[in-house]
Amino acid sequence: MLEGILVNGLVRSGIYALLAIGFSLIFGVARMINLAFTSFYMLGAYGLFLFANRLGLHPLLAMLISLVLTTLIGLATYKIFIDRVREHHVTVMLITMAVAIIYQEVILLIFKGHYYTPLTFLTGYLTILGVKVLYQHILVLGVVVVVLLGVWALLSKTRLGIAIRAVAQDSEIANLMGINVSRILLITMTIASALAAIAGVAVAPTLVLEPYMWTHPLVMIMAIVVLGGLGSVKGSLIGAFIIGFVETAVVFLLPSGAFLKGAIALIVMVVILLVRPEGLFGVVFEEERL
Amino acid sequence: MIRRLLKDFQGDVVAIPGRFLALLFFIALIIIPVITTDSYLLRTLAFANIFAIFAVSWDLLSGYTGQVNFGHALFFGVAAYTSALLNLKLGLSPWVTIPIGALASVVAGVIVCLPALRLRGPYLSLVTLAFPLILLGIIFAFTDFTGGELGVSGITRIYPTFPVNRFYISFAVMLVSVMIMWKLTDAKSALVRTGIIFHAIREDEIAARASGINTIRYKMLAFAVGGFFAGVAGAFHAHFMGIASPANLDLFLSFQAIIWTVFGGITSIYGPVVGVFIMYPLMEFLRVLPEVRMLIFAAIVVVILLFMPEGIAVFIRDKLERQCPRCKLSNVWWRKTCRACSAELR
Repeated sequence: MLEGILVNGLVRSGIYALLAIGFSLIFGVARMINLAFTSFYMLGAYGLFLFANRLGLHPLLAMLISLVLTTLIGLATYKIFIDRVREHHVTVMLITMAVAIIYQEVILLIFKGHYYTPLTFLTGYLTILGVKVLYQHILVLGVVVVVLLGVWALLSKTRLGIAIRAVAQDSEIANLMGINVSRILLITMTIASALAAIAGVAVAPTLVLEPYMWTHPLVMIMAIVVLGGLGSVKGSLIGAFIIGFVETAVVFLLPSGAFLKGAIALIVMVVILLVRPEGLFGVVFEEERL
Repeated sequence: MIRRLLKDFQGDVVAIPGRFLALLFFIALIIIPVITTDSYLLRTLAFANIFAIFAVSWDLLSGYTGQVNFGHALFFGVAAYTSALLNLKLGLSPWVTIPIGALASVVAGVIVCLPALRLRGPYLSLVTLAFPLILLGIIFAFTDFTGGELGVSGITRIYPTFPVNRFYISFAVMLVSVMIMWKLTDAKSALVRTGIIFHAIREDEIAARASGINTIRYKMLAFAVGGFFAGVAGAFHAHFMGIASPANLDLFLSFQAIIWTVFGGITSIYGPVVGVFIMYPLMEFLRVLPEVRMLIFAAIVVVILLFMPEGIAVFIRDKLERQCPRCKLSNVWWRKTCRACSAELR
């Protein structure tokens, strides 16, 4: 029981961490809530299915193609829909919701409402502490660690990372210092959609694909990101582990836990916000203070 | 006295194209059942009335008071489930359960308000988003009481075989509710101060507090009133459909309230009504194309947000009316000078 919670919670938290960091990066840098974010996770997963199962490419190649294509779609989405309304945050939320519904409907038109599972190049499982762990899950964890280190290195060691953090702190001053803010926003959105796509292709072989698969992770990562403090990458990492383990523990320990897992994770979020309204590691901005 | 009323009518309604159109719209709604008794059309319009109340209550809470609520379906669903369960388990009449359901939504509004008072902006939106989902999880977990996926069905329906009666009931409720909300949010009203206070809280809460306004009390009031009218809509919806289902709490319903309001024109009360009466029948008639229905819906939303961000009703009103630069009176677009102070209009 405990081993099961530990192993499954770790995998689930890892996926949430990948998604939440992208979401939090967008909010931190651009101050916008992108509800179309997890649809890139869905598009990545469906892309893998399309190239690996339907077109019969090698799964690794299919993963790469799907990753690149999804990132390009993310870039185009930002350029076409979000860029011109990015000043109004309610409009951004609505328009990204509409875009997410468009993607969902397009997927529904192309693949119909069937349930699919994509192929992978890693099959079989390992037994750790008496719990079956799929090789794919180990791959997911490896990808999570590599990507998180990569994001950390990018943000703290490169000139681009410094520019991104500068825009996050104060975009007007960053602009005066000669940073091209709209290009930084574009790059951030691209990185974030790539993170979502990586999560999608990595985890897809362990999932059942369906056109509504973007909604549950969306709600969960919003809970995670609010809990950790909107815009704080460290906070969303820790929030991902809290919510991931709470969800897994609820599924294992409570009767009808599969229905209650979302509700209890959200209750945890509300309680933490009641104690600390800015989230665990949130920064309170002067103009946003109550 | 009658002459004075007539004069007021001419000056305040006929002379302003927006209000004149609103009057024509309501007259048209009143006489539609006389012209046709097509039950499908009347049913669609009755539901449009219900959803108009729902959208306007979102506008009161989020458009006016600025508490952008992304889980407005919570109030709709709480009232629907409360009235449905009371009707089914205790056998109470719909006319008793609907007010109780609406009061249950007021309680829900106050509960949501407690964390919401400490939060603002995106945090508030995301926390309000969580509440209906928490309730949905609970409903799915306790299926024997709540019916789970299937909802609570078999409750008393209001006039299922008299579409005309149903239409008039929903129309009267819509008219009264919208009038009350319009008065509550009217910043120029001499009767109540809530309108101008709601505006002040949205524009600058700290300044409002500094001017001696108890903002917490007024935010709670906004949540309670918004919850009440959304609850009225939800309870009527349940008794019209004969079922309270998980769809009444769905994320999509919350977003529809926002989309209707933004489509029609946010912070305007008549905007959401226009939005619902255009979008809801359109979506009903699009049921002939079930596969691309949602796609068209989403595409319309995107186009409206990109090209008419202030909403279609406000867009049309600005085309039809001109405000006098001196006395702030609205004028018909063809006038060159103001009808009251004869200042030149530009």
